[in-house]
Amino acid sequence: MTTENEYEAPLSTTAERQAVVTAAGDAPGKEWVIVTRGLKREYDMGGEIVRALRGVDLAVKRNEYVAIMGPSGSGKSTFMNIVGCLDTPNAGEYWLNGQLVSTMKDDELARVRNKEIGFVFQTFNLLPRASALHNVELPLVYAGVSASERKERAMEALTKVQLGERVHHRPNELSGGQRQRVAIARALVNRPSILLADEPTGNLDSTTSEEIMRVFENLADTGQTVIMVTHEPDIAAHARRVVVLRDGQIASDERRAAFTEKLGITL
Amino acid sequence: MPIFEAVRLALNTIRVQKLKSFFTLAGVCIGVMFLITVVSIIEGMGRYMKEDLVGKLIAVNSFELRRAPNINIGDVDQAEWESWRRRPRLYVSDLLPVVEALPEGTRWAQESENNVTAVTRFARPRQTNAIGIDGDWFAIKKLAVKDGREFTALELSQGENVAILGPDMVERAFPGLDPIGREIRIGTTPYRVIGVTESRGSAFGISFDNFIIAPWRSPIRKLLNPASQMIDAVVIQADNQAVLMESQERVRAVMRTRHGLRPSEPDDFAMQTSESALEFWNKIEGYLVIAGVALPAIGLVVGAIVIMNIMLVAVAERTREIGIRKALGAKRRDILAQFLVESATLSTVGALMGIALGIGLAQAIAAVSPLPASVAPWSIVVGVAVGMGVGIVSGVYPASRASRLDPVVALRQE
Repeated sequence: MTTENEYEAPLSTTAERQAVVTAAGDAPGKEWVIVTRGLKREYDMGGEIVRALRGVDLAVKRNEYVAIMGPSGSGKSTFMNIVGCLDTPNAGEYWLNGQLVSTMKDDELARVRNKEIGFVFQTFNLLPRASALHNVELPLVYAGVSASERKERAMEALTKVQLGERVHHRPNELSGGQRQRVAIARALVNRPSILLADEPTGNLDSTTSEEIMRVFENLADTGQTVIMVTHEPDIAAHARRVVVLRDGQIASDERRAAFTEKLGITL
Repeated sequence: MPIFEAVRLALNTIRVQKLKSFFTLAGVCIGVMFLITVVSIIEGMGRYMKEDLVGKLIAVNSFELRRAPNINIGDVDQAEWESWRRRPRLYVSDLLPVVEALPEGTRWAQESENNVTAVTRFARPRQTNAIGIDGDWFAIKKLAVKDGREFTALELSQGENVAILGPDMVERAFPGLDPIGREIRIGTTPYRVIGVTESRGSAFGISFDNFIIAPWRSPIRKLLNPASQMIDAVVIQADNQAVLMESQERVRAVMRTRHGLRPSEPDDFAMQTSESALEFWNKIEGYLVIAGVALPAIGLVVGAIVIMNIMLVAVAERTREIGIRKALGAKRRDILAQFLVESATLSTVGALMGIALGIGLAQAIAAVSPLPASVAPWSIVVGVAVGMGVGIVSGVYPASRASRLDPVVALRQE
């Protein structure tokens, strides 16, 4: 394991973040991968307006490893959907890698999802009838990459997650941990700006969870920006910065040390 | 999303879900099958009409001068029949002026026919078609004499009592015997058989081989027409189409003069070519094709509805897959294309099966019934295109529903 200091290295400071989230309308500097300003999202649930996000200001620098926590109903799923460009806010700005995503249309969002975001889901979300290799190739198919290059890059990604031997297996022939590693390979194959994980260990036992967390740590160490949504403090404690949402707003945004100390978690 | 991927995916779906795919494809398969069968039979009948039936009766590059057309495949109304009956007959005296008017490069013959009773010592009296001829009849009709010989010019001009039989007539009148040199009575007149022709085949189960041919100038002519100087037809054959047209014009002029027609009056005789005989067939063939295509089309509509339903089910079942694909960067048109190609592939596979079954069915019908069948290459192309078209049309609605799914909602589905 690397030392605490190296972990802290890419972290942004509170002052920097404050500065960037208040400069409404301005494109943030290149070092900022994610900047949201006053993000609001409301749902009309049969006449009743549910305010899932009530103005979220979040800034994430390149190479940060951030956990987003919160109880159910806190708005973290909504927030993740917007950050993942699967949904758009009713109000506020969302800048992803220098692009203003919050005003984009469907097809532009699809392109951004393809190029900038690698998803890892709780339920893996692999295509059941496709091999591991084909699953990993999918983002490249939609990126218009040629068949031979697709295969090469997918093999490379699978080898990186130690699944080079099982590329022709289907999801139901793989263990949970292996499936999640296929999903990680798929998320990374198009070299996205952020790896966005939604409860990545929710369907895994604790040993396998630790294994997946080590994969994430290695990725963070090699410079990958990682955003992980979880409701488990033990899992959140693997990230270097923990953001807690409550009632559609950010309740706290702390470095890991402060978070673990408060909750008495030891790694 | 490359089309190849989508086709592979669709074929995979068919393989994995055989029974479901079978029901999906049944409608299109049956529709295309009947389409191919019906079109093949119509095509076969058409070819039969052209090459066998009319082709055997009217030779290439030839026309027949008659009082009225004798091959009427189709609708001639009462009034027209009546007007034909009132027309003047052709007489043997018309023959010489007509023949003299013909340009270079033509051959002529004349013929008259009627049903007569023929008797031999070896069988009971037989009804047969007696043809009295003159001129180059065998050459124009391309009918070869297989055994024995043709009539000599002298026999034709002198009206000798000699006869040439069709193969069926030989069977009937001289069972198991060699007819050459034997006697056959036509009406009351004894004739000597000098030859037997090759077979002219059959159409729709009716043999063309039951006939007896004799020189028109022999006594037979009294049995063929109400008056012994009447003839049925003058047959004129030209070397090529241009000479044929020229001949028709000259013959028309001669006949109009002989019948004393004023320029305002229409012809009171017919000049029948193989095209004019086929005119009606060409007309009804069009209707038959429309009818033959309209009925299977109902099957195809049902097939299209089934495919649309199956595709809607597929979209519902695979909502999560659509969500995953969208999350990974599939645009609306990628999803649209995927489901369109899938439904087109399904339907095309159904159509291919239908084409195979249709060809088989057409051949089977041809084998057990007198209906001929001939698979038209264009009907296969149309079959495939129809299959693909049905798939695309019925896939549009489900595919567009799939493409418009909200990825957040789609991913939430279990």
